[in-house]
Amino acid sequence: MEIAPLGDSALIVRVRNQFEDAPEQTSNEVLRALRRIEDARIPGVIGLAPAYTTVAVFFDPLRVMNDAARANHVIESLTQKIHEALSRGGRRKQRDTSARLVEIPVCYEAEFALDLEQVSRESQIHPIEVIDLHRAAQYRVSCIGFTPGFPFLSGLPKRLATRRRSIPRKEIPAGSVAIAGAQTGIYPMKSPGGWNIIGRTPLHLFDPRKDPPALLRPGDRVRFRAITREEFDRAAN
Amino acid sequence: MQDLGRLGFRQFGVSVGGALDSHALRVANLLVGNDESAAGLEITLGGLRLRFVDDRIVAWCGGGFDVRLGSTSVAAGHAALVRSGQELMFNQPKVGCRCWLGISGEIDVPIVLGSRSTDLRTNFGGFDGRALRDGDEIALGRNSKHAQSLVDLLREQRISPWSPPHDWSSPAQREPILRVMRGSDWNRFNDVTIQRFTNEVFIVSPDSDRMGVRLEGIELKRNHDIDLISEAVVPGTIQVPPGGKPIVLLGDCQTIGGYPKIAHVISVDLPIAAQLRVGDRVRFHEVSLTEAHQLLAERERDLAEFRVGIKLHVR
Repeated sequence: MEIAPLGDSALIVRVRNQFEDAPEQTSNEVLRALRRIEDARIPGVIGLAPAYTTVAVFFDPLRVMNDAARANHVIESLTQKIHEALSRGGRRKQRDTSARLVEIPVCYEAEFALDLEQVSRESQIHPIEVIDLHRAAQYRVSCIGFTPGFPFLSGLPKRLATRRRSIPRKEIPAGSVAIAGAQTGIYPMKSPGGWNIIGRTPLHLFDPRKDPPALLRPGDRVRFRAITREEFDRAAN
Repeated sequence: MQDLGRLGFRQFGVSVGGALDSHALRVANLLVGNDESAAGLEITLGGLRLRFVDDRIVAWCGGGFDVRLGSTSVAAGHAALVRSGQELMFNQPKVGCRCWLGISGEIDVPIVLGSRSTDLRTNFGGFDGRALRDGDEIALGRNSKHAQSLVDLLREQRISPWSPPHDWSSPAQREPILRVMRGSDWNRFNDVTIQRFTNEVFIVSPDSDRMGVRLEGIELKRNHDIDLISEAVVPGTIQVPPGGKPIVLLGDCQTIGGYPKIAHVISVDLPIAAQLRVGDRVRFHEVSLTEAHQLLAERERDLAEFRVGIKLHVR
């Protein structure tokens, strides 16, 4: 496992070099590394954030220096502690693979599915079948980013992979469910973006007044459930 | 409205945000007797008038602004007494683009996700999740004991004779050299490109904001254009998108990115990066990670001394 500096106040722990070859296993390994580093409560570490193949470790260099290390040993000292944490078994081992399953209601009706035609054209699959494939699959949150609460989901049926729009939209409505490349995702709030929109959820994926503020967490399993326009309106109000 | 930002929420995609020059805000807060982490105002390119309804101590640090209290000029890094009814005016800066104003008693807005900072990208926190507008009224807390002593002390002089080191209160430069350390993709660029990266001048382009400073200049070409897997980025990270024009990320940057990271501006030079404005000419100079940490430790030691010194003035 490679541990490399990310500026002078963070480190990146590279758990694997590839993601697409084994998304499930990679996610498990990343989450396991995350929990072990979390459990180690390393002095000076102020935050952790997982991504596809990595865990970012944010630290306060001054606190690390106060704690143990001289300026020329900050990284060595942290790296050593992270390695120790990673090689430790950890009491929360069983929890590693038991992720939550979250069901997301999605209205796939034409009014919301702005790019369903495009996805259908590129994949040569009838729009109704596109929707069936999209909602039948099970997904997993690889990471949260782009905007607060935006989940990048792996597990999209290969046949649905669609290139990003060549000209991104200036404004994508909040709740839009979209496809880009081999991934699907949900725009928590109105924002610009280039993904192909195939539906909309009435759920709020990000609410700064809640703790945690994001509906989904890395590692969560996700399913989409098709709802009608009426159900969408009821849920949205 | 900005404080020192949101630290523990990056795993949910929430930017760190906060004052783009957190050191300037800390110093301004110390000067007015606030807690260092108190929220202050981040003022971009001036054009601000603030009317006070009671006696407050104020201090600002940042770009080369012309700040006036009535007809009196208030220089960067000096504590000033503003009497009830007086107006504090920020005119356009000659150099740099932002400054941070500390106001005694601290700005009183609700804490959202551990911070009083406004997240302008997602519109939450701070003052209704937005930049301040004409007519807004800002609630302040009570002056601390230290601030009250300053009010008494500055009744005659109005403006403190003491001030922090000049490069703390006025870090902006038109042709700065930013010290950088290697990023994890440094080796994906060939020697010639790296040499040019650390030797040539880059010009700040107009589409820069709190998320990042976009630079024009020589094209930074990668050896192979393979796709990278998105991973964490931080304020200070210098990304190189396919066009070869580098972007220096600032406080409101996304939490993850997929562009190669050629380098990172070191923490002590982020105050200079936060001042870059259109047309400024930037160069990069490589330092080691150890140097970055030494410089940070030195600045913190100096700040600790400054903190003690400030207390001595009000005895």
